[in-house]
Amino acid sequence: MRPLNRLQMAWRAAQDIREGMLVNLGIGMPVAVADYVPADVDVFFQSENGVIGVGPLAAPERADTDLVDAGSRRITLRPGASIVDSSWSFAMIRGGHIDVSILGAFEVAGNGDLANWDMRSTRKGPLVGGAMDLATGARQVWVMMEHVTRQGTPRLLEACTLPLTAVGCVTRVYTDLAVLDIAPTGMLVREMLSGMSQAQLQAQTGARLGFAADLRALTAPALMLAG
Amino acid sequence: MPIDKCVSTASDAVADVGDGATVLISGFGGAGFPNVLIRALRERAPKALTLVVNSATHRYSLTHELIAAGLVRKVVCTAARGHDKEPSPFERLWVEGKIELECVPQGTFTERIRAGGAGIPAFYSPVGFGTELATGKEVRLFDGRPHVLEHAIKGDVALVRADRADRYGNLTFRYAQMNFAPVMATAAKLALAEVATVVDQPLPHERVQLPGNFIDRVLAVGT
Repeated sequence: MRPLNRLQMAWRAAQDIREGMLVNLGIGMPVAVADYVPADVDVFFQSENGVIGVGPLAAPERADTDLVDAGSRRITLRPGASIVDSSWSFAMIRGGHIDVSILGAFEVAGNGDLANWDMRSTRKGPLVGGAMDLATGARQVWVMMEHVTRQGTPRLLEACTLPLTAVGCVTRVYTDLAVLDIAPTGMLVREMLSGMSQAQLQAQTGARLGFAADLRALTAPALMLAG
Repeated sequence: MPIDKCVSTASDAVADVGDGATVLISGFGGAGFPNVLIRALRERAPKALTLVVNSATHRYSLTHELIAAGLVRKVVCTAARGHDKEPSPFERLWVEGKIELECVPQGTFTERIRAGGAGIPAFYSPVGFGTELATGKEVRLFDGRPHVLEHAIKGDVALVRADRADRYGNLTFRYAQMNFAPVMATAAKLALAEVATVVDQPLPHERVQLPGNFIDRVLAVGT
């Protein structure tokens, strides 16, 4: 089986969202997760600009510049939605009221350290946004990212090399090759692509991997990326 | 004299913002940017401002005009990365060392401003512990977990955008316009609101999202 594309990774993460959860989706890859949660399942997506109950993107003729998510996308509201100010939004985030925060990342370490906000660019300014608050305050922190960089360097490491977002916060990682939990013993692989050996996955990972006794195949339906 | 906080022009609204002022600017993701007031401030052109604003580079906010005009000494923000490959006005000055940056996690940013308006000089937060944004800050354990001491932010002036106002300065917001407006209005000595409409009758109490006592001047700007 080929590595998952970004939509398939989003689909896979969506399978672990349960009815009744309050979920924050990070800008970029994670926002696609909402597309794979059926509309009749009561899941509330929170956006840190204060929207609780983000619905699908607005059709162009109905788009409203005042109804946006944290990524400036023009959205709709789902039934039961509400909107609060930033102070209340972050009380929700920091205070442990968000069930799951799904974030993109540059690097994750075997102890759950997360690096996802500063690429150390000398030309571009830093962007921390709500990442540190979400990583620190959400009950579970799930990361979605490609297993290795474009240059083939592992993103799952013994220790992060980039500036940290939060220490020991990540609970689960979805990559294009595997689904891993951050366990007390380190990284524990729950699912991996069929046809791949444990040694092959380990070779693309910078941290020592453990493999679950009930290791399963990572599968996803065919989903085509636009463009 | 009866209260009437309405002013007739944007230049009247920003009339006494002076050099060295700390300016709190609301708005997030395209909603609630007080762009009429920001442009009036650029025309008034006070120097050496400190801006407290969520993004230094957002493409729908006119904050970048204040920075490009050389009026800004320091920016306190959560996002300083531009959208384009080419550096934004902020990034160009920052790379050249001509503007100071204090990057703050967004929840800490809003809570520091909230504290500034709520009479709390400092507080401990778990956010940022173990990261370079907590460098040099006091750390204390609560319930066995490390927390970082964060100080309140106060401003000389706050600029906010709302939907409706009455002459008492009571405000309502459309959708996600509210974001930082309540905390910024409470934390500044002078709070200025631009609104789509000023209504003749007092707003119904259950509709008021920011009480007029926190607002000093109201400018109707249309939609």
